Amino acid sequence: MNSKVNGATPVLRVENLSHSFGEGQARVEALRGVSFEARAGEVTAIVGPSGCGKSTMLYLLGLLDQPDSGEIYLRGKPMTQADDSTRTALRNKSIGFVFQFHFLIKEFTARENVAMPLRKAGVLSDEALFQAEKFLKQLGLSDKAKRFANKLSGGEQQRVAIARALVNSPDLILADEPTGNLDAANSDRVFDVLLKFARDNGPAVILVTHNPELAKRCDRRLPMLDGKFVEE
Amino acid sequence: MARKRAMGMSLLGIIFGVAFFVVTQAQTSGFETFFIRTILGTNGAIRISDRFQDVDGTVTKVSDDGQARFVFHSREGARYVEGIEYPKELRKATADFPGVTGVSEILQGAGVLNTVSRSHSVRIHGIRTREHIAVSDLEEQVIRGSIKNFRDDRQAILVGNRIAERLRLEPGDRVILAGSHESLHLRVAGIFETGVSQIDKSRIYLDLSTARSFLRKPHGGSIFQVGIRHPEDAPAVAAQMQETFAHRVVSWQEREKVWLDVFKALRVSSAITVSTIILLSGLGMFNVFAIMVIEKTRDVAILRSMGFSPGDISRIFLWQGALVLVLGIVFGCLLAAIATYGISRIPLRIRGIFSTDNFVVNWDFSHYLWAISIAIVVVAVASWIPARRAARIEPAKIIRETL
Ligand SMILES: Nc1ncnc2c1ncn2[C@@H]1O[C@H](COP(=O)(O)OP(=O)(O)OP(=O)(O)O)[C@@H](O)[C@H]1O
Ligand SMILES: [Mg+2]
Repeated sequence: MNSKVNGATPVLRVENLSHSFGEGQARVEALRGVSFEARAGEVTAIVGPSGCGKSTMLYLLGLLDQPDSGEIYLRGKPMTQADDSTRTALRNKSIGFVFQFHFLIKEFTARENVAMPLRKAGVLSDEALFQAEKFLKQLGLSDKAKRFANKLSGGEQQRVAIARALVNSPDLILADEPTGNLDAANSDRVFDVLLKFARDNGPAVILVTHNPELAKRCDRRLPMLDGKFVEE
Repeated sequence: MARKRAMGMSLLGIIFGVAFFVVTQAQTSGFETFFIRTILGTNGAIRISDRFQDVDGTVTKVSDDGQARFVFHSREGARYVEGIEYPKELRKATADFPGVTGVSEILQGAGVLNTVSRSHSVRIHGIRTREHIAVSDLEEQVIRGSIKNFRDDRQAILVGNRIAERLRLEPGDRVILAGSHESLHLRVAGIFETGVSQIDKSRIYLDLSTARSFLRKPHGGSIFQVGIRHPEDAPAVAAQMQETFAHRVVSWQEREKVWLDVFKALRVSSAITVSTIILLSGLGMFNVFAIMVIEKTRDVAILRSMGFSPGDISRIFLWQGALVLVLGIVFGCLLAAIATYGISRIPLRIRGIFSTDNFVVNWDFSHYLWAISIAIVVVAVASWIPARRAARIEPAKIIRETL
């Protein structure tokens, strides 16, 4: 295993995870028994052809969806039986999401967008905005903090979205093609930021990418095919 | 932007809905209250009339000059007496009845009032002035002349202002009251106006003892007009009296039922009509919210993925509804109060069932409470349904569909 991997208990342990969509003839088995672990500070790239089940798995790990069978352990605790409020609270405090599309709220400024998870966590407005600006600064966006989200470039928006995913210092960062909409230069930059953050702050990062160059820079790659992990 | 304008329209609708509701209620209930005051001040809270023994005897209500009288078609063996048989005894018993503030004995009869050139048939009300003033507003209803002159002169009368107009009578004028037995020379002591045109054009007041001899009814045959402390309790008191005295006892609520029902129908129908304004605003709000939920589906999904709960999401919408509601109520009530005051200043001459020269309004907190309650219910439903729909958005599904 990679030398950068550290930490004894895995942040995330997945056991035999399966998920399907639809019924009968239209039934699609998107995930067929996936198992793996992710440790603190470890950056895992999930790669595979379109439709192999990468996003499906990420939404399950992010507690946005319930698997048909299998179990997800976050810091050792089983998640599938947890009640909605627990899962909601974990999404706020322990999980950070980055999507292919930035999903910023356009009526809010960059820093207000970044501050939202903090506000939900009960941090007062001024403190939350201060924290948000700190994160934006580290992402090279200090001069854009007070701009409205829709007045930023695609790369800037995606960096704001990353700041938003990181601001609550989550244990687990899930990124579904975070650079998918960006050109090469922006893509590199966003990726750098994500890696640096993971290594400095120690969350487990699981990201999906179609870019082999970027995947190579991760701690490990898990290739996926037809809802299963496969050997390379 | 368009959404803000639509929301503003809904807010305006709620403001005006609340205001109109209160204003129309203030008017209808104002007129109703005024009407009740008029009839209480004229014919009193309770009237005791014919003595009877057989309660089951067929009773026919005869409406005559705005008051109710009863004719008993006696069945075999049933005894009835027109009017009160032993006024002295009954008077004492009535006065001792709990809650009674006054009793006025009235002897009614018919006559014709003649001047030199004209004549007019009238209903004579023989009263004892002091007694009658205690159970009516007669003193305030005298618009010309003086009630003192009437009280001090057994040969004086008070005439309704419509009679006075017909006969061109002024206080101090001489008239002749003709009846089936004799004619009396009388002096007009004063002219009264109740506002109830039926009464104003037919009634004259005469001293009770003069009336007794004129109508050849030395004893009995009279009715009682009874004042009570709490007029709203009149039906219960009347029922009790009827039970106790074996006389026909009628409360003002029973006597004026037709008019009271008219007022009630007016009040309810105006409430319903005006509530539709609030309802339509609610519909507008619902529309805005429903569109908002669709437009904001993606934002809701991302908020949910960030750890906002379904409750957090619905609160976002409910807060906006609450804001509109609070603004609507505050400005609606303010506008209502201003408009109610303004309307009470509008000159409007009404004669017929009461007499007023202004719009009559009733300042009643319960109208505001009702308007507020309706607004709360409407806005709550209008925001709650979309809010619930927003809360039910499944983030994974939306995010998957967006990408
Ligand atoms: N809501 C859905 N209903 C039915 N089938 C679905 C649904 N969502 C995903 N699928 C199917 O599940 C399979 C896995 O989809 P998923 O989105 O996880 O693929 P992916 O690996 O993320 O692909 P891509 O690289 O294109 O994003 C696909 O065959 C897809 O068609
Ligand atoms: Mg995908």
